[in-house]
Amino acid sequence: MREVAASRITEAVRDLCIKANTQLGEDVLDALKRALKEEESPQGRDILEKLILNAQIAREENIPICQDTGFAVVFVELGQDVHVSGGSLVEAINEGVRQGYKDGYLRKSICHPFTRQNTGDNTPAIVHIEVVPGDKIKLIVAPKGGGSENMSRVTMLTPAVGIEGIKDFVVQRVKESGPNPCPPTIIGVGIGGTFEMAAILAKKSLLRELGTKNRDPELQKLEEDWLKAINDLGIGPQGLGGRITSLAVHIEMMPCHIASLPVAVNIQCHAARHKEIEL
Amino acid sequence: MSDVIKLTTPLSDADVEKLNIGDRVEITGIIYTGRDAAHKRLVELVKEGKELPFDIKGQIIYYVGPSPAPPGRPVGAAGPTTSYRMDPYAPVLIEAGLKGMIGKGARNQEVIEAMMRFKAVYFAAIGGAGALMAKSIKSAEVIAYPELGPEAVRKLEVVNFPVVVVNDVRGNDLYREGVKKYSRQKAA
Repeated sequence: MREVAASRITEAVRDLCIKANTQLGEDVLDALKRALKEEESPQGRDILEKLILNAQIAREENIPICQDTGFAVVFVELGQDVHVSGGSLVEAINEGVRQGYKDGYLRKSICHPFTRQNTGDNTPAIVHIEVVPGDKIKLIVAPKGGGSENMSRVTMLTPAVGIEGIKDFVVQRVKESGPNPCPPTIIGVGIGGTFEMAAILAKKSLLRELGTKNRDPELQKLEEDWLKAINDLGIGPQGLGGRITSLAVHIEMMPCHIASLPVAVNIQCHAARHKEIEL
Repeated sequence: MSDVIKLTTPLSDADVEKLNIGDRVEITGIIYTGRDAAHKRLVELVKEGKELPFDIKGQIIYYVGPSPAPPGRPVGAAGPTTSYRMDPYAPVLIEAGLKGMIGKGARNQEVIEAMMRFKAVYFAAIGGAGALMAKSIKSAEVIAYPELGPEAVRKLEVVNFPVVVVNDVRGNDLYREGVKKYSRQKAA
């Protein structure tokens, strides 16, 4: 059994929190540059140019891309032949978040639901653990901002509505969200599973590299079709009107109960942040 | 796009009356920050007839909770938060003399009507461009509710802070008009 020290996990999470919040992925930058070529609205083009410039400033000056440095969502792929030594895995992750948000001058945005009192260190993190074959640990830190998360929804559709019904729900959600989730957005869609699984699938779909196609040809076609329908809404960058409302639609799907059709839409703002490491 | 209009705070009725939706504006002077928690407290003070932590007449409130200032900087990243959460509080502050709000996202009808009635405007800044927008902020000082952390009320000194007019004093809405122009959806 391979041993990985909890302190190594803490250190890795700390670094990933800072890196994710200050260095926008090349895939997102490329998508913004493609959007700039396609956008017809002068206002929209001006916004896209400023978003690209903002990412450059953030990277060069080590400043967060967005002041909302998010809820620290951490996906763990834990090899079944790994033993975490010297402490609890989840506590090691929380300690990494604590250190990363302090040392990186990241905003602490987590509070008590009733009193709204800030926990002061951006913990607890949201930790999703999946046990996989092998003796490695993969950590993905995906800070999630409140504005786009607030526009996300889960629903249990009637199976009779079919693919068209799912599309209507997704497009309608983007339409109703308008400027709120900071378009251009990425639309994560989870279909199937159970109530909670649909939401997790939607969130996971956002981790896929922008510009890559879905491995399932049927879903790939739907992603293209739904993206076109969304961009026909005319919401545009920052909701001020334009051709590019969303950069991509990502779908993850799994079987569901014979009585159900769970669908989740997790909206991601253009500051689509996630960084990973394998230990 | 329109030429840039330069505004200096505090704003008068005449300053805001001349603004139209879509106008690009650069703001210079003092502006104040406030989010949900601070708004709740400010509105309670107004309703109790008590003094606010700053004179609100002619002022602009920026809906922002900046990230912490690294050494040698006044603030970290400082882009706008979504404005609808302040809708329940904004009309009271507009009636008390607030002339401008900076945020992102649409306002409700009550806020739009208060802007028309008491002459105020709503500006949008670019959501998610926090590193870029911080460049226009020259100083920051917490003046109330430090216990709220990122949500404390700050006095910001800004120079040429870039915004766009979304709602003017005539009830126009740039979000509605902009989307109408580019929508390819068939009318319902």
